[in-house]
Amino acid sequence: MTAATIAVPRPRRRSLGAARYWLAAAVLAGVSVALSDRLPEWMVEYPRAWRMPIESSISSAMKWLINDANFGLFTFQEFTRSISWCFNWLLQAAYGLLAHGFTIGKGEEAILIPHVSWIALIAVLVLFARRVGDRGLAVFVAFCFAYLVVFGQWASAMVTLASIVISVPFGVAAGLLVGIAAYRKPWVERAVTPVLDLMQTVPVFAYLVPILFLFGFGPVAAMIATMIYAAPPMVRLTVLALRGVPEEIKEYGRMAGCSQRQHMWKVMVPAAKSGLLVGLNQVVMLSLNMVIIASMIGAGGLGFDVLHALRRLAIGEGLEAGIAITLLAIALDRLSQAAATVPPPAHGTVRSGSWLMRNRLAVAAVVLLALSMAAGAVIPFVADYPESLTITTGKFWDHVVEWLNINLYDTITVVKTWLLVNIMLPIKGFMVALPWPVLLGILAFAGWRLGGWRLALLPLALGAFILLTGNWEKAMITVYLCGLSVVIAALIGIPLGIWAVANRRRTRATLTVIDTLQTLPSFVYLIPVIMLFSVGDFSAMIAVVAYALAPAVRYTIHGLNQVPEHLVEAGRAQGCSRAQMLWKVRLPLAMPEIMLGLNQTIMMALSMLVITALVGTRDLGQEVFSALAKADTGKGIVAGLCVAFIAITADRLIQAWSRRRKAQLGIA
Amino acid sequence: MKKLFRRAAAAGVLALAFAAPAAAEAPESDEPIKLTLHDWSGQYITTTIMGNVLKSMGYNVEYVQADYLAQFAGIETGDLTAAMELWDTTAAEALAASVATGNTIDLGETGMQAKEEWWYPIYMKEQCPGLPDWQALNACAELFATPETGSKGRYLGGPVTWGGYDDERVEALDMDFEVVHAGTDAALFAELESAYQRQAPFLGWVYAPHWAPAKYEGEWVEFPPYSAECYNDPSVGINPDMAYDCGKPSGLVRKAGWAGGEAVWPCAYEAIRAFTIDNATMGQLVAEVDLEGKSVDEVVDAWMADNEATWQSWTACGS
Repeated sequence: MTAATIAVPRPRRRSLGAARYWLAAAVLAGVSVALSDRLPEWMVEYPRAWRMPIESSISSAMKWLINDANFGLFTFQEFTRSISWCFNWLLQAAYGLLAHGFTIGKGEEAILIPHVSWIALIAVLVLFARRVGDRGLAVFVAFCFAYLVVFGQWASAMVTLASIVISVPFGVAAGLLVGIAAYRKPWVERAVTPVLDLMQTVPVFAYLVPILFLFGFGPVAAMIATMIYAAPPMVRLTVLALRGVPEEIKEYGRMAGCSQRQHMWKVMVPAAKSGLLVGLNQVVMLSLNMVIIASMIGAGGLGFDVLHALRRLAIGEGLEAGIAITLLAIALDRLSQAAATVPPPAHGTVRSGSWLMRNRLAVAAVVLLALSMAAGAVIPFVADYPESLTITTGKFWDHVVEWLNINLYDTITVVKTWLLVNIMLPIKGFMVALPWPVLLGILAFAGWRLGGWRLALLPLALGAFILLTGNWEKAMITVYLCGLSVVIAALIGIPLGIWAVANRRRTRATLTVIDTLQTLPSFVYLIPVIMLFSVGDFSAMIAVVAYALAPAVRYTIHGLNQVPEHLVEAGRAQGCSRAQMLWKVRLPLAMPEIMLGLNQTIMMALSMLVITALVGTRDLGQEVFSALAKADTGKGIVAGLCVAFIAITADRLIQAWSRRRKAQLGIA
Repeated sequence: MKKLFRRAAAAGVLALAFAAPAAAEAPESDEPIKLTLHDWSGQYITTTIMGNVLKSMGYNVEYVQADYLAQFAGIETGDLTAAMELWDTTAAEALAASVATGNTIDLGETGMQAKEEWWYPIYMKEQCPGLPDWQALNACAELFATPETGSKGRYLGGPVTWGGYDDERVEALDMDFEVVHAGTDAALFAELESAYQRQAPFLGWVYAPHWAPAKYEGEWVEFPPYSAECYNDPSVGINPDMAYDCGKPSGLVRKAGWAGGEAVWPCAYEAIRAFTIDNATMGQLVAEVDLEGKSVDEVVDAWMADNEATWQSWTACGS
C-alpha cells in the first residue's frame, strides 16, 4: 500500500510485485478461514496430544536450582542470597540517607541521625542543574521537586529515588562491561544479542517468581528485576558508541603506545562518552517505568502509593502519585542529558582562580547540606515539610471522572459497541480460526522473500515453540489485540508526527505530551478507562494505544527530519505541490524510519500486555500474570517466552523490510 | 569472568559469616519480624495493629509488600515471617499446599468471616422485584445484557486466579449469564463505581469485609445454600449431573507464618495466634480509612488507645 507511489522506476516494479504477494497471502488466509470447517481438525486446533511438557521441566529445573544446585563451597541459593545481602546493605544506606535517617543504638539510647532535608536536596539538585545546564533546567528541576514537596509525595518519592540511586549505577556498570566485552569479542556479541532480545521482550512478571525465590522477598528482588529490565539498552548503546569512535582517535591511541586496557579506558570510553550517556539516560527512564511493578513485590515508594490509591478508586490520589513518578523521571532524564552534553573545557585554557573558586558550587552544596542538617534538628519545618501545608487536587479528579462517566458514558458506549461488533470481534474470530499451518507458511514465505532461508526458519522455529507449549490460541488473541492497537496507534501517531514536524514549537509541544504519556504509569489511566469503557478488550486496547503511541509519533518526526536535503530540493525543483512533496517525496523516503517506529510500537504494545491483564483479557499477558499469582515458574516463563517470540518475529521481519527498502532508495 | 566468580564466592562466605551468629541468638531474637502487606486497606489495618502490638512487646518489626499468593514462596523460606489475612475463600488451596511443605504453619483464625457472592446494587431491585432469589435474577438476565454478551446477562467475576467456580455455577444452574473476568480487584470495583454513579445495571463479585458493601447499598444474591457435597458430588443439588449448583462457601480468615520462626520468636508467635478482631469492628476501621480518608496509622492508633485491654491480653506471654 505504501511504496507503489514512489517515483523511482526500479522500486516501483518490485513493490508492485510485493503487493501481489500481500494480496495472495490475504486471499489464502481468507479462504483457509472460510474453509476451516472442512480442513482436518489438527490444522485448525493444534492437538493436545502433540504438546510437550516444557512448563513442568522448567519448574523442576528451577526447583533444582533453588534446593539442590551446589558449587561445592556453597549452594546456588546461598550465592544469590549473598548478592542480595550486599545490595540490601547499600539500599538501606540509601534509604537512611534520603528517607528514614539512621538509628544508632537501640531503645531509648538510640541516636537518630536525620535524613537529608527536603530544602537541602532541592538546593543541591538546583545547583547541580545550574552547573551542567542553563537557568531553564534549574527552574524545571526546582519545579519538579517542589511538586513532590507541596503535594505531599516527598517521603515516598525519596524511597523510590533511593532504589533508583542504587540500581542505576549497577545497571549502567554491568551494561558497560558487557558492552565492552561484546565490542572486543565477536563471539561475546553473538552470545549476548539473543539474551538481550529476551531480556527486553519477556514480560517482567514472567521472571519475577524465580527472582523472588532466589533473592528473597522485598526491595532487593524488586531492584534486581529493575536492573534486568533496564540494563539491555546500555549494552546495545555501549557497543554502538564504541563502534562510532572515529578511526583517527583509535589510531592516535595506538600511536601513543597505549596498552589494551589503557586504550579502552583512557581513549575509547572517553571518546564514546556522549553515546554512553544516552545509555545512562535510557537506564534511568526504564528504571522509573518499573516503579509500579517493582512495588508489587515489595519496593514500596511511589509505585505502592499509586497501587494503593487505585485499589480504593481514589483516582485523583493515584494520579498525583503517578505524576510524581513522571516528574521524577523527566527531571532525572533532563539532568542526565544535560550532564551528557556539558562541553569539555576547551583545550589549552588555563584553569584560573583558587581551588575554592573553581569548586564553589560543590562547596556551597556541602555547606548547605551541613547547615540544613543542623537547622533541621532545631526547626522541624526544615527537616520535614509539614503535612498541614500540603495540598491535594484528588477530589477534583474524582469529580471529573464522575462527570465524564455520568454525562458521556452513553455516547462512548455507542461508539464502543460499533467498533466491537464490526471490527474487533470479527478480527478476533478470524485470528483464532486461522489454521496455524497457513499463518506459519505465510510468515516463513515473507521471511524468505525479505531475508533468505534463515529468516524463513525463524518464524517456523518460534511458532513451533508456541504450538508445542499449547499457547497458540492465546498467542493469536495476543496478536489480534496488539495488532489492532498498533494499527490504531499508527493511524493516530503518523499523522500527528507529520503535523508536528511542520515547525519547532509544534514538535516540542508534541514531544512533551508524548514523554508524559510514556512515563506516566499506565495503571493511573487504566482505572478511569475501565470506568468509562468497562472490563473487556476495548479498555485493554485503549490502554495499549495510549502507551504505544509514543514511538509512532517520535520516529515519524525523526524520519521526516532525516530526509536528505538534496532530495527535497530536487522535488522542489520539479515543481511539486505541498501535497506532492509530502506524499511523493518525503513520506516514501521517511518510510523505512517510520517502519522502525512501528516496530518499536509493536514492542511497546507487547510490553503493555501484562498491564492489560489487570483489566481482564484472555491472552498471553493474562497467562503470565496468573502464573505470577500462583508462583508457577514454568508457566510464567513459557508464556513470557511466547510473547518474546512474537515480538522477535515481528522485529526481524520489519527490520529486514526496512533495510531492503533503504537499500532500494539509496539512503542506507 | 573467573575472577568475578571468585569475588562473588567471597561475598557469599562473608554474608554467611554475618548471618550465622544472628541466627544463633535464639530463642527471643532482635531479628526483624517481617509482616506482609498487600494492597487492600483491611489487611493493612490488621497488619499494622499486629505490628504495633509486637513493637510494644519490644520486637523489631518490618513490613514487606508482597503479592497475596506469591507471598507463600517467601513465607516458606523465612524471608517473610507472617501473613495476617489469608481468606479461606481465595487462599485455602495455596495455604494448604504451603502448610504441606512443612515450612509454613497455620496461626489460627482472625475472627473475621469472609463472605463472597454475586452482588447487585439495591436500585436493581426496583427493576427486578424478585431479587435476591437467584431464579428471579435469572428471569431478569436481559436487564444485565451488554452488546458483548448478546441476550445473556453479564456477570463480572473476580480475577481468574480467585477461582470461585462461577463458570461452572452458571452452567450447572443453567443460567442465562456470561461470566466476564476482571483482571484485578481494582478493575472490578472501578466498574461497580461507574455503574453506581450512573445507577446502571451491575452484577458482580463483591466480598466482605471490604469497603464496597459499606459504600454502596446492595444485596447478595441468594443461591441454594453451599455444602461441601454440592461442590464435590454432582448428584447433590438441583442439577443431578453437575457439581457447583449452589452458592459460594463463606469462610474464615486465617493467619499463617514461617514454621522456623516459632523457635526464634516464640512469644511473638503466641501473640499473633491470640490476635482476633470481628467483622463489625473491621468494617468500621476500613470505612474510616477508605471512605473518610483517614490514614491507616491514625485509625490504628485510635483503635489501640480505645481497646488497650483487648490487645494487651494477646501479649500475656511477653509480660
